[in-house]
Amino acid sequence: MDVVKLDAGYDQAFVDAVAEESGQDPYLCYQCGNCTAGCPYTFVYDLPVHQIMRLLQAGQKEKILKSRSLWLCATCESCTTRCPNEIDVARIMDVLRHMARREGHVTEKQVKQFADSFLNSVKKHGRVFEFGTLVKYITRSGRIWTDYDLGPKVMRKGKIAARPHDIKGKEEVARIFRSVFGEANDEF
Amino acid sequence: MNSELRYAYYPGCSGLSTSKDYEISTRAVCRALGITLKEVPDWSCCGSTPAHTVDHVFSAALSARNLALVEQEGLQTVITPCPSCLTNLKVAAHRMCEESFRNEVNRHLEQACQNSIRVKSVLQVLVEDVGLQALQDRVMKPLTGLKVAPYYGCIMNRPPDIMDFDDPENPVAMDHILKALGSEVLPFPLKVECCGASYGVARKDVVMHLSGKLLSLAESLGAEAIVTACPLCQMNLDLRQDQINKTLGTSFRIPVFYYTQLMGLALGLDKEDLLLDKLTIDPEPALEKMRQAEAEARSEEV
Ligand code: SF4
Ligand code: SF4
Repeated sequence: MDVVKLDAGYDQAFVDAVAEESGQDPYLCYQCGNCTAGCPYTFVYDLPVHQIMRLLQAGQKEKILKSRSLWLCATCESCTTRCPNEIDVARIMDVLRHMARREGHVTEKQVKQFADSFLNSVKKHGRVFEFGTLVKYITRSGRIWTDYDLGPKVMRKGKIAARPHDIKGKEEVARIFRSVFGEANDEF
Repeated sequence: MNSELRYAYYPGCSGLSTSKDYEISTRAVCRALGITLKEVPDWSCCGSTPAHTVDHVFSAALSARNLALVEQEGLQTVITPCPSCLTNLKVAAHRMCEESFRNEVNRHLEQACQNSIRVKSVLQVLVEDVGLQALQDRVMKPLTGLKVAPYYGCIMNRPPDIMDFDDPENPVAMDHILKALGSEVLPFPLKVECCGASYGVARKDVVMHLSGKLLSLAESLGAEAIVTACPLCQMNLDLRQDQINKTLGTSFRIPVFYYTQLMGLALGLDKEDLLLDKLTIDPEPALEKMRQAEAEARSEEV
């Protein structure tokens, strides 16, 4: 078993930043395990969500930001709904993922590539163009499309729009991206 | 029935593509029940999950652009069929109650958002503003005997202080609608369990496992159909059902309806309003069985 020494490496600035960005007090957590009990993603997590909460209290920045769990959380809101101490756990997971992204710890590359391809489509058209998102994702990830078997079903039933729906205000939407992430950002 | 059923309407991107059937049937059902939908002019994407996993101000700004458009239309309430859009719009509105957050969001917008708009799901409007009795009175072709598993997905009602509708652990809005339509609603213990969300592309294994569990439970309960209110849930359970069968060695063949499609059927709406042919798993056998049982019951009565 992986033993983490909680009495070393406490990073106060990290705990403060998470508390500030999420608006939550991680020290309210008393490790009841409710969040993990209801988390449908524990089966693919390297750290169950209650352990992330404990590591957060102990200021274990590295250990947390390198966790795969951050990228696999689906924001299903089960943990937030069931935490007896009213901690918005899903929001903390979101904030931790923001930090991991900013610091370049991407442990589930494809998940990030998919999100980026999605946002790229929104930036370009003002609305997401699902087909374009897929093509972009496949190009970026260099993966063979694992859903090739869905192709005929989707096409035969006309289930996916073949053309983007550009909106009039698409430039306005693109400006939101540039305003938040800077002119130079080419992630999306 | 309330005479002033007028709302701004936010369809969401998937309604233009993969969930066109949800979009068309939602509009048709609303029309039939006297609800006027004013589509938000030139609405843009809410950013869905990808946006909030990158930055919260960014995500709120994408939603707030749309809320500002609703404000310009002079309407008080915007409604949407999609739980993901619903969550984003509601979370943005909730966080913007804090002035500093609202100001930060507005810094990125050309048209400032006053945050004066109420956000609701179409489902909430159907239950609260139209009402179950009014709905039941309009049923022309009851879905008698159709055994359905109502599946709400994870975010329709959670977290409760933001979503502010129905029960977060055991939601019943759709159960009540389906009962009013005459169908037999099964208790579905996994009604708020996640289906695998948008991981179908990047981590297909996750969807196979989670959606597989839902299908397996529905089958063991004897459900003839699953009923959803979410484009992503519907896609994972329906379009990916064969993939799930291949991965898990199962042989599920359970049709997965949008609740608005079943409403449309019961209200006697036209075929073009339901787009049942968009469903990957053919719903006809289940519907045929229902019709036959009804015909038999009727002949016994005579
Ligand atoms: S449910 Fe809340 S208190 Fe319990 S372990 Fe999780 S975060 Fe801590
Ligand atoms: S929000 Fe994330 S961490 Fe919380 S229960 Fe859902 S998947 Fe697990």
